[in-house]
Amino acid sequence: MSKFKKKRGKASPAISTASLPDIIFMLLFFFMVVTVLRDSEKKVDVVTPSASELTKLEKKSLVHYMYVGRPVEKFRATYGTKPRLQLGDKFAEFTEIPLFIEQHKSKLREADQPKIITSLRIDGDVTMGIVTDIKTALRKANQLKVNYSAKPMVR
Amino acid sequence: MGKTSTRDRMSNEVNAGSMADIAFLLLIFFLVTTTIAEDKGVLVKLPSWSEEPPETQKLNTRNVYSVLVNADNQLLVRGELMDIDDLLENTKLFISNPRNESDKAEDPKKAIISLKNDRGTKYKTYLAVYNELKAAYNDLRNDEAERKYSKRFDDLTPDRQKEIRSAIPLVISEAEPTNFGEEG
Repeated sequence: MSKFKKKRGKASPAISTASLPDIIFMLLFFFMVVTVLRDSEKKVDVVTPSASELTKLEKKSLVHYMYVGRPVEKFRATYGTKPRLQLGDKFAEFTEIPLFIEQHKSKLREADQPKIITSLRIDGDVTMGIVTDIKTALRKANQLKVNYSAKPMVR
Repeated sequence: MGKTSTRDRMSNEVNAGSMADIAFLLLIFFLVTTTIAEDKGVLVKLPSWSEEPPETQKLNTRNVYSVLVNADNQLLVRGELMDIDDLLENTKLFISNPRNESDKAEDPKKAIISLKNDRGTKYKTYLAVYNELKAAYNDLRNDEAERKYSKRFDDLTPDRQKEIRSAIPLVISEAEPTNFGEEG
């Protein structure tokens, strides 16, 4: 009997929690790496022009992005050098814009759906032809709140 | 014997349980504070689309400020070449019309800016022009807010902002662009 008791007492020390911080640090690093990766997957070169009358976009969940610019070096062989539109992480045609907007809307509550903003990140050297086409597509899709993304400029 | 062994254990292992909490705190801090490249830009509201051509309105020419930007990124304002650096001042003069001249807007409410560009205009130039026009309105609204309430426009209550906004409404009408110089 005494033997039994002794054994039990020795086997019950608390499980070491020393590795818990390591696990959580791993999570931390994972999140940090993932956030950077998702944003940097750009297929077109965009250098936004600068402007002074800027509005800050407060609610990130209401904003979706469209990129316009020349394809980056490694895609030039397949897509050429003409300015292209990028939706999400792939090249897209103007006809895909309404679907892209609907997809964004479907993620939001109904009350928030009319508040969505399209942020256009357009390269400064692109000509207005493609921009006009996108604007027309947006108007046809009844998405009228548009933000021309720009760098701050001091007057 | 038993007593010494417990003492040994205590001195050997530092309690690492709180490390997890510290790491959690860090994790949550980063999750909350990291913003993915904050976005700023010129906010515009596009006119809604309609298939029918818009009704032609007869406007007094003195109330219309036409700005044309061609494919070579040159500016033609009311039929005259203008440098973009002069656009802000001239637009402000047109809207406010401080000396009541007969070729400028009767009233800020009646002023209309007509902006037209070419499909070959550089986006950079277009945005710069749009920015100047918006800056002109923002400046005038700030002046008005300063004069009436001696505050900046942004610091006013929403009601007062609305009042000034309706006294100096931003009307920029964009025409369908011409197509002379689009790159092939």
